[in-house]
Amino acid sequence: MKRRSFVNKTLAASALAGFGGLSLKSCLVNSKKHITILHTNDVHSHIEAFSSAHASFPNMGGVIARAELIRQIRSENPNTLLLDAGDIFQGTPYFNFYGGELEFKLMSKLGYDAATIGNHDFDNGVDGLLAQLPNADFKLLSANYDFINTVLDGFVETHQIYIVDDIRIGVFGLGIQLAGLVPKDLYKETRYLNPTEIAQDMGRRLKEDEDCDLVICLSHLGFEYTSDEQRASDVQLCSATDYIDLIIGGHTHTFLEKPIIRKNRRGERVLINQVGCYGVNLGRIDFYFDSAAGQDSGGINIVV
Amino acid sequence: MYLYIKQFVLFVTIIFFASCREHQYAISEIHGNQLPIAPSESPTTKDSIQNFLEPYIKHVNNVLDEPLCYAPYVISKNDGRYNSSAGNLMADIIMMQANPVFKSRTDNNIDFVVLNHGGIRSIISKGGVSSRTAYEVMPFENTIVVVEMRGRAIRDLVSHLIRSSRPHPISGIQIIIDNKNQLSSVTIQGQPFDENRIYNVATSNYLFNGGDDMGFFKDRLQHFELQYLIRNAMIDYFKNIDTLKAGVDDRFLKLDTP
Repeated sequence: MKRRSFVNKTLAASALAGFGGLSLKSCLVNSKKHITILHTNDVHSHIEAFSSAHASFPNMGGVIARAELIRQIRSENPNTLLLDAGDIFQGTPYFNFYGGELEFKLMSKLGYDAATIGNHDFDNGVDGLLAQLPNADFKLLSANYDFINTVLDGFVETHQIYIVDDIRIGVFGLGIQLAGLVPKDLYKETRYLNPTEIAQDMGRRLKEDEDCDLVICLSHLGFEYTSDEQRASDVQLCSATDYIDLIIGGHTHTFLEKPIIRKNRRGERVLINQVGCYGVNLGRIDFYFDSAAGQDSGGINIVV
Repeated sequence: MYLYIKQFVLFVTIIFFASCREHQYAISEIHGNQLPIAPSESPTTKDSIQNFLEPYIKHVNNVLDEPLCYAPYVISKNDGRYNSSAGNLMADIIMMQANPVFKSRTDNNIDFVVLNHGGIRSIISKGGVSSRTAYEVMPFENTIVVVEMRGRAIRDLVSHLIRSSRPHPISGIQIIIDNKNQLSSVTIQGQPFDENRIYNVATSNYLFNGGDDMGFFKDRLQHFELQYLIRNAMIDYFKNIDTLKAGVDDRFLKLDTP
């Protein structure tokens, strides 16, 4: 907010100096922007496509087909971010043989921008995850795992801001409670922080302090726990926070037929999506932006 | 003066960009879709990814498909009511492969092995047996844990096995029940069960941590994580023998008399 009032004051000053007219005029041009967010979750080392004989996903998935689909979408709209919501590791012998090297190298080749950390990404311990980081040309994001007393300290960011075609996109990661799910000798001194509090704080920082136009939460909490509605999940998080525009989920291997719309704490609509598992689907969310000058007050049109 | 103008121009330029950025963008429309990842007609990225992947795929397949031993018949976990050929094979493999490791570290022997029926994820088909077979039967990263247990916890364990509707794999222990499902005898390493003794029970870290409702592992003294994957124990065993021998036997027996 401070930055905005500073800019407003200096804007007036520059207008007085005779240059402002030009800059204001150029700013008043109504411009539209189009950002595409692509996402996967729980790919679980599924590098090859399923066989044609597979009962559930014949011929589906595989990194070659995924690369091709992503290439096509990027050629339509280069203003695209590619994200993953965790559990990259574990599920095929490729992980057992190469410890995640192949998964990270392929994600780098496909141009992933960021991923959050799933419980299975600890399957070779914090040391095993650290060992594979040189193979990742993308960010690992987690705002609610405190790695300060582990070897991962300094290697995982809470959030990242991407500026894509002048749109500021803030992305932060959230992970699931590890105690009881992952052996302690794998996650070691990783501290799990309350995801709701962290999400509220991260969202506010990204929207208000960092002026992000779009705030995305990459979550490995799980879609929804109907038996325990207080348990941290994407649905619970959505209703308990204020600033998030899109929650990309994982962990529960939930095949949503389409992204769902839920209301946040203020009653604003938020999109939640999860694309099952094993790399058989790709989530695609297209955001269209209007500059404030050309904007009417008709609200956001959401088509799912 | 020149420096001042230069600074001023710089200042105005910054303001020019900052002010343009400043008129915020607002979301006007959102479209959401799930796209199936299916083979493409004419993939253009195929070659670069495929060339990269090829040596990895080749290596993994070579290792997984290298014949290690031979199965003369189908080995299944569903061919017996109280014990099964696949269950007996798995439990015997754990005993054979883990005991030397345990003994070298503690100077003690494993008394018996308990696994869970649900942990066997595939049959072993007749024919060549390879590492791939081990991955199919045991896809999980479960390790072998040896748990020191008192006689009373062993009693709970045996009651659980009797109550269970499925034949959980065991080795080193014989359980005999009568025709009314009452315990008739328990023999461990050929000796009658002694309630006052402490036993070393090998199991998986999954069951040790309370998986599959086997809560009796909580009632324990110390435990030893061997950090030996069950799957690796299988692969090591397959490498050491020519032909698998497995069948339903009398390690868990129901008598037809009281």
